[in-house]
Amino acid sequence: MSNFKVAIRENQKIQVVDLKGYLDAHTAPELEKLFQTLIDKKVFNIVVNCKDLNYISSAGLGVFMAYIEDVRKNNGDIKLSNMSSKIYNVFDLLGFPLLYDITSDEAEAIQKFCSIK
Amino acid sequence: MITSILNISSNTEKLSVVREFVSDAARNFGFDDETVSKISLAVDEACTNIIKHAYEYAPNKELEIKVLTNKQQFEVIITHQGKLLDPKLIKSPDMKEYLVHPRRGGLGIHLMRLLMDSVEYKIRDDKKCEVHLMKKMSTAVG
Repeated sequence: MSNFKVAIRENQKIQVVDLKGYLDAHTAPELEKLFQTLIDKKVFNIVVNCKDLNYISSAGLGVFMAYIEDVRKNNGDIKLSNMSSKIYNVFDLLGFPLLYDITSDEAEAIQKFCSIK
Repeated sequence: MITSILNISSNTEKLSVVREFVSDAARNFGFDDETVSKISLAVDEACTNIIKHAYEYAPNKELEIKVLTNKQQFEVIITHQGKLLDPKLIKSPDMKEYLVHPRRGGLGIHLMRLLMDSVEYKIRDDKKCEVHLMKKMSTAVG
């Protein structure tokens, strides 16, 4: 049984991806599949809510890395929200707060998308 | 002193077992939660690299994860019989360049080096390959 779950919902017309559990080399393909589906549907404004994400390794980070340029080329973004300090520390260690828009909560990320429309 | 050994097959499904095994050993050694998380992530990255690059995802190969402790030093040695890891993969990426042009891959090795005090790759006389990850207990006096 997978110890990772990914789900999608809409909040103010923005697609929100909820991550739950452990995102590693075994579970990263699930997230990759979802991102590919979104990109295929030309959804480029994405918020990833990390509230229930317990763990991330470079395989999980690699999924964001793989799609960030694509969505930005299409005037979109992948914004990350609700990270625990444990998850944030991994992003921070690599200098990723310079690359990604990381907000403390989902509403703030949604607001940023809405305000540039 | 060898404190514990775990043998797994080269399947990413086993990464959660590896993390649990290493976390338990690091916690028992006396590391705080933050350091336990760092060591667990570094060992996950090392095993992922072996499964991906040394074994090229062949699922029924073996990895041995061994924990050795010595006074203030905690060492994890991962042994495999796959391909020797490519030195280009062992090299850390230029993070300045990486952040300007994001791409997938290459982060695992870099993370391992940031998380641990030392990371070494060795080939044994019997041709088996080893990855050594070492972390020292901080001896700072408060």
